[in-house]
Formats: sequence, C-alpha cells, structure tokens
Amino acid sequence: MTATGKKQRRKPPLGIVTLPGSSLRNKTGPWGILRPVFDWEKCTGCNTCESICPEGCIRHLEKKQYEADSEYCKGCGMCAESCPADAITMEEEHR
Amino acid sequence: MSAPEFTYEITRGFLPGHRACAGCGQATAIRLVMEVVGPKAVAANATGCLEVFSTPHPESAWGIPWIHSLFENQAAVASGIEAALKKQGKLAEGVKVLAFGGDGGTLDIGFGALSGMFERGHDVLYVCMDNEAYMNTGVQRSGSTPFGASTTTSPAGRRSFGEDRPKKDLPAIAAAHGIPYVATASVSLFADVRRKVKKALGIYGPRYIQIHVPCPRGWGYDEKLSLDVGRQAVECGLYPLVEWESGKVTRVRKIKKVPVEEYLKGQRRFRHLFRTEEGKAQIAHIQELADENIEKYGLVG
Amino acid sequence: MRKMIEGSRAVAEVVGLCRPDVISAYPITPQTHIVEELSQLVADGDIDAEYVRVESEHSAASVCLGAVAAGSRAYSATTSQGLMLMAEVLYNIAGMRLPLVITAVNRALSAPLSIWNDQQDTMALRDTGWLQLYGEDCQEVLDMHIQAQKITEDDRVLLPVMVCMDGFILTHTYESVDMPTQEQVDAFLPKYDPLYRLDPDNPYTLGAYAGPEMYQEVRYEIQRDALASKAVVKEVARDFQAAFGRWAGDVVDPYKCEGAETIFVALGSVVGTLKDWADVRREQGDKVGVLKLRCFRPFPQDELREALGTAKRVVVVEKAVGVGAYGIVASEVRAALYGQASTPQVSCAIAGLGGRDITFETLDEMLARAQAGETDFFAGLRTELLEAS
Repeated sequence: MTATGKKQRRKPPLGIVTLPGSSLRNKTGPWGILRPVFDWEKCTGCNTCESICPEGCIRHLEKKQYEADSEYCKGCGMCAESCPADAITMEEEHR
Repeated sequence: MSAPEFTYEITRGFLPGHRACAGCGQATAIRLVMEVVGPKAVAANATGCLEVFSTPHPESAWGIPWIHSLFENQAAVASGIEAALKKQGKLAEGVKVLAFGGDGGTLDIGFGALSGMFERGHDVLYVCMDNEAYMNTGVQRSGSTPFGASTTTSPAGRRSFGEDRPKKDLPAIAAAHGIPYVATASVSLFADVRRKVKKALGIYGPRYIQIHVPCPRGWGYDEKLSLDVGRQAVECGLYPLVEWESGKVTRVRKIKKVPVEEYLKGQRRFRHLFRTEEGKAQIAHIQELADENIEKYGLVG
Repeated sequence: MRKMIEGSRAVAEVVGLCRPDVISAYPITPQTHIVEELSQLVADGDIDAEYVRVESEHSAASVCLGAVAAGSRAYSATTSQGLMLMAEVLYNIAGMRLPLVITAVNRALSAPLSIWNDQQDTMALRDTGWLQLYGEDCQEVLDMHIQAQKITEDDRVLLPVMVCMDGFILTHTYESVDMPTQEQVDAFLPKYDPLYRLDPDNPYTLGAYAGPEMYQEVRYEIQRDALASKAVVKEVARDFQAAFGRWAGDVVDPYKCEGAETIFVALGSVVGTLKDWADVRREQGDKVGVLKLRCFRPFPQDELREALGTAKRVVVVEKAVGVGAYGIVASEVRAALYGQASTPQVSCAIAGLGGRDITFETLDEMLARAQAGETDFFAGLRTELLEAS
C-alpha cells in the first residue's frame, strides 16, 4: 500500500521503460581530444555555436560569454568552423 | 568564483550524452527541431541513426514521451498516437504529435505507411532526417541517395560509377497528397529550420519537413565541415529549399549558384567521379540535375 | 439480451461494449463483416471511437500499438495474410508489453490462395508472446473478447491476446447469442489504467534497444509472465461465470471424458462437431470423449494431462500442418504427456485444411485409424486428386 492507501502496482517489466534524459550519465567528453576555446572579445553574440552544436553543450551565462561543457563536447569542431567572427579555435586537450 | 555547473533540463527535449558521431548533422537537426517544439509533444521514431544513438537502454536522450517500434511503421504509430490523444482531448490542449525517420525509413520501407498517414489527414508533423543512405546499417544506398554517390550497395567500381538512379523526390510526392505543408530544409541553415518547424506547428493536418543532414562518416569529409558541406548542397542547387502548401509551391530560397564540383569534390562518396572521363561525364549530368532544380523552382534571379 | 445475429455482428457489438477508443483494421475476407459492422456502429454513434482506415494490416497493428502506448484502448481484427503482414508488429506489441485484444479470424494461408477456414495462420504465431484463445461457437467467441480485455490489462499479464474465431464457420453463421448489456460489461471491465504511457506530463522513452547484456532477461520475463498468465485466464473465466452466468471452460473443457477410451483434442468450432459425433458414438457403445483446448497460449500442460487422465488413446484434430514435422498441437500434447509412467498413444489427425469440411465420416476415419495404431495422418484426404507416386 502507498501512503494514500492505493494498492502499489508492479514496476514496468525490465527494459520496457527508459527514463527521460538518462543519457546524461553517459559522458561523451572523453570521445575527442580537441576542445573549443572561445575568444569573448571577438564574439558578436550571434549564438550560432550554441545553435548548431550537435551535443547541445555550448551555453552562454552572459551575453558574448560562450563556453562548452567538456563533459559532453566530442571535439567535432563544427562550432569553430561556423563561427562568423572566427572567435573559436580548437585546441588539443590532454587528459 | 567558478562557473556554475552546466545543467540540462529535460524540457529541452533532446539531451547530451547521446551516441551520435562527432559532427553529426542529425544531432544538430533534432536539437533545433525540439527547441522549437518544446516539451508538450509525443514522438514516434523509426529505427535508424537517430533512434539508435539516442536510446541504448537504459539511456535515453529524449525529454519528451517517445516511442520506437519498427523501421517502417512510425507514420502508422504516430497515427495511432494522434487518434488516441484526439479522443483523450489532449490534441485540443495543444499536445503535438511528431514522427521521425531517416530517408530509408521514410521514403523506402516506410513509404506505404507515410502515404496512408498523409491520405487520412492525421494531425502529425513528420520530420525526415535525410542523410541520403541507410547510414545506421553501414551506408547502404536508399531511394534518396543522389546520382553518382558511392555507397556500400552502389559502390564505385571498375564497372560502376556509383548510384545510377536519381534521388526520389519525396517532398513532391508528399505535396502531391495535398497535405497542408511540405518543406525541405538544411541543417546548415539553422534559422530556416527553426522557422519552418515553427510554421509547421501552427498548421493543422499532416505536415512533412525533410531536413538535409550531412553525415561525415557516410559522405566522407572532416566532421567539422558538416555545415559547410550542407550549405554547398543548397547553393549548387542539388538540394533546393522549397515550401509547398496544399500541393502548391509557395516559397523558395534563392541561391547564389555555385558549380556542383564545389560540393562534390569535398566528399569521398563523389571523389571517384573526378578520376575518369566517364566520371566527369557523370559530373556534367549532375550539373544538369542541379540546373533542372534551379529552373523548376526559380532558385536563381 | 438474446438475439439471432451473425457471428461477425456479435463480435462487433461486444467489441463496442468493451469501449475501445481507437479501432483500426484492414478488410480481409472473412473478417470483413466484423469491420463493416464496426464501421456502421461508429457511423451511427453507437460506438464512440476513432476509426482509423489504414492502408495495410501492418499499419493497422501499428496504429493500435501507438494508441495503446498513448494510454487508450484499441482494437483490430484480421486473418491469414493480414496476420502474416502484421506479424512483426505483433512480436513488437508483445515485446513492448502492451495490452491489446484482436480478433484473429482463422483462415488458410497462401499459397495456394484460399479464403476458407483452417488454423494455420494463428498456429504460425504461437511464439509471438500473444495469448491465444480459441472459441467453439459465437457465444463463446463474444464472451472471450470481454475476458481477453480483462486478461490483457492485468498487471500480472501485460501481454496482448488474440481471440481466434474460425473464418466463415463462425464469422458468417447466424447464432442465437446472449449479448451482455453495457452495464454488465462496465461492471466487469474497469477503465484502462496503463502502467506506463506516452504522456508529456510524465515522459518516458519506450522501445529503446537492448544489448546482449540484457535482451535475454527481458525475454525471460516475458516467458515467465506468459506462463503465469494461465492463472489469470482461469481466474477471469471464473469471474466471468460469476458475473455473466456462463461457463465454457477456462483453459481446457472436457466433454464426456469420464471413462473415455479415446479422447479427441481440438480447438475452435470443430469441437462442436466433435461433441455431436461423440454423442452418437457413445450411444453406439464407443467410449469416446472430447477435450476442448480453449487456451493454446499459454499451453496448459497440467490441465491437459489431468483431463486426459487414463485414456488409452488421444487423437489431436489439427487444422494446420507443422510442415516437415507433422503435428503442431499434437507435438505439444505429446510433450505435455512426456515422462509419465504410462502415456496414451497420441495420434495427429490433420483435417479441415483450406475449408475442407470435417464431417462425422472424417471423424469415424480418425477413430478407426487411431484404433489401428496410426499416429500421424491426414484425414479425409481425396487421394484421387493426388499424383500417382
């Protein structure tokens, strides 16, 4: 019985239900060796990098202050390639 | 003071931690779509890259309720979801029903169910991720594989220059069903993708958006160049960006027009065409195909 | 309320009473009358459901899958080629543990093309994970739909159910049936309360893929629950009797098996013929009995063994062929009897394929051949048509 007195139902059978956003436990950061470095001086705030990142791991806390989450960034370099202001460079990161 | 930790709300619809290849056009495309759609939606997804890289149990990159059944029935599953939610009154409350499939699941094996869904008029937005081959199973050709491309089942060889059939024009077929909205888009023009998804969401009935999504592994280019390659496809006329409403073309995106070589030469799947005279003749034919699109849709001028 | 209606009409009416939210089926002989009757009931507002006129059976089953996953009750019906076309979806529905009831009208499989009755189609789907109930007459078939809906939505089951109904023999004959009232069905069948559903307020991912490290365990749970569902089938049959006053057996139903020397085991409408024939033979002094196999999946090994008791001989009447290996049902009957101190002779008698009538003569032949010790044969074979060997 639950707190409300309703009969507790069984859990879904194994493998049937997967929880939303559970992919977050899979840190894809270690996939790549390149990391984007953002030059906040050059940044125009166009938001292209944040829009097109395949992982969705680029954010800006303040306008023109973009950063990538190294936990998920695969180092593909699409952000650096698409930045109209050439404000992003890919640098090797050694772990 | 160190920066606050990155946080990812499931309301963004599609989350990191998925297993798409680095530089995957589809991953960017689905993020753009889900940004516009929001959390009040339900999706049916075909077997394919998107499904596989987003849902290896017990991990799921999806923040919305989502179901994968088979390779060719997502349009029918979405029809069933739509009928159920209609009866439950959820559609009236603004819940959106989506269907996702790759080019294989959409215009080959899933064609029948797709056509049925269009014909019956279900209120479903279908988004096709067009990377022009059965990428998830290893780059085998699909009906969407463009003329001249080398895939594992239409390989360039001593007796072949690759795919010898033109690309199946599913957007035109969709438009011929008379559905209220059909659009082609390219992940490289991300603002355009957002605009088309937003427009589609405001229309009732079956809607079809086909997004060109470059694939670094399958097409053979450096993964950072996905958006550049996609843009070239649009600008040379091989992937016209068109909108149809109730069967009639209502808007096209004009292009600057670049020669198809600019697009083809950067991809391993077309490189064989540059090595022989026969190959170069095929390039000329591909240019004709691009010119036909430019002519048909008035892409220049 | 008693009415004299066609079997298909009875199914359509009782399906309506079970309050489906989404109906989706593709017409195929001899299921057509069911879907036509349902269409009319929806068109007249007698059933409040979304009727999705799909373009194929594969899509019909997929629409039902989507509707059930979204938290609604759904229904479909099909037969033969349609069952084969939707076969992969049927595996999918069972594998995703979604509750669904369909009417599987029994019809022969092409090639050659035949629109007439046999049970090859549903026998071919015995490993899908679907429960299978076979109805003897229209009354039992309509009752089975109500029971099936309760069974499939039971948390202990969470597997879909197909109610098997012999094509033409039951679908296209008129029978005097007692049709329950909406109140009776509402009292027996609670509203569908999904264990999990596609709901933006509580989002889940359904249908993720399973790697080798866990697929086997998922299938183990399906097998475990399928076997355990036998108890639910029996329980629901008892509850149905209490609520509606009718009993047609739970997993097996014996007829004149006490003291029987030869027991005939069969599924579906041929049981009716067998009962009439058994009455005649009993009067002539032949100690024959009939065991209706009502629930084929899960296969009721224990109940079958008990019902066959001390019979010397068992004849399994099969309307299907396990090509290359003879009896499908007979093999399972033999397996159920394996390992006992003494086992009866089990004969597999294949008959009634492609709509061939099973008559008293056919049954006489089966008994005679079984008594002569034959264990695997086709009964009622028109040898004059066969190539000289």
